[in-house]
Amino acid sequence: MGHERVHLLKKIQEVEFAAVELQLFLDTHPQDQRALMEFNHYSRELMMLKQQFEMQYGPLLNFGFSPSQYPWRWIEGPWPWERQY
Amino acid sequence: MWIYEKKLQYPVKIVSCDLKLARYLFTQYGGPDGELSAAIRYLNQRYTIPTNEAKALLTDIGTEELAHVEIITTMIYQLTEGATVEQLEAAGLGTFYAIRNGALFPADPNGVPWTAAYIQAHADPVADLHEDMAAEQKARATYEHLLNLAEDPGAKDALRFLREREVVHFQRFGEALRIVQEYQQAKKVY
Repeated sequence: MGHERVHLLKKIQEVEFAAVELQLFLDTHPQDQRALMEFNHYSRELMMLKQQFEMQYGPLLNFGFSPSQYPWRWIEGPWPWERQY
Repeated sequence: MWIYEKKLQYPVKIVSCDLKLARYLFTQYGGPDGELSAAIRYLNQRYTIPTNEAKALLTDIGTEELAHVEIITTMIYQLTEGATVEQLEAAGLGTFYAIRNGALFPADPNGVPWTAAYIQAHADPVADLHEDMAAEQKARATYEHLLNLAEDPGAKDALRFLREREVVHFQRFGEALRIVQEYQQAKKVY
């Protein structure tokens, strides 16, 4: 189970990295249509991956951006800075 | 408003217990050209920067820098976790232990606490963006020093990622500077 979680997390990190990179690029190239298309592609993929992750391993975002199952799953470890993460 | 995402931007896989590296890494937490300085510098400059491109860029890079603070602190935490007092002393972390046990603190490797004196803001977009570009180069150079000092392959991998981000941020700030200068010239001609 730990392995699968890490694998899915890595996929999210990869896709989100592409989105971060494109976001910064678009900040200084707002009229680049190809970059914008790619950004929207990764944004959709990221949304799907995050939903998949959260259903199994709990919320990724605080303050209402991720729903939670019962009981409140936000407090579940491991936290990102921990070795078991 | 900020939202916390319960994950690291880049995976940290520390294999060894390199306490000396933990000490050196403090420079990128609470040191002059560290990630905390970067985050506060950019987020603080946003208010007086004139173009929308630069406002967006300072917001986004400032936010990414906060994620880099988390990568650095995670590395320090994992490298020092479970170390004995003798091991901490041997790595030059005895003074850190004396002051606050194993707690993390935004200070440089010599224990000098982080200070806002490391950053500057002028409401002059050309001055501010040049400072930001210089900061990215200084951080890149610092990562190269750290890569020379590091042995742990996992730590080196994360340090290489962070070094590369400095190069990209420098590039983007350069583009924002060009846009700001075009904006200033257009205003003068009119």
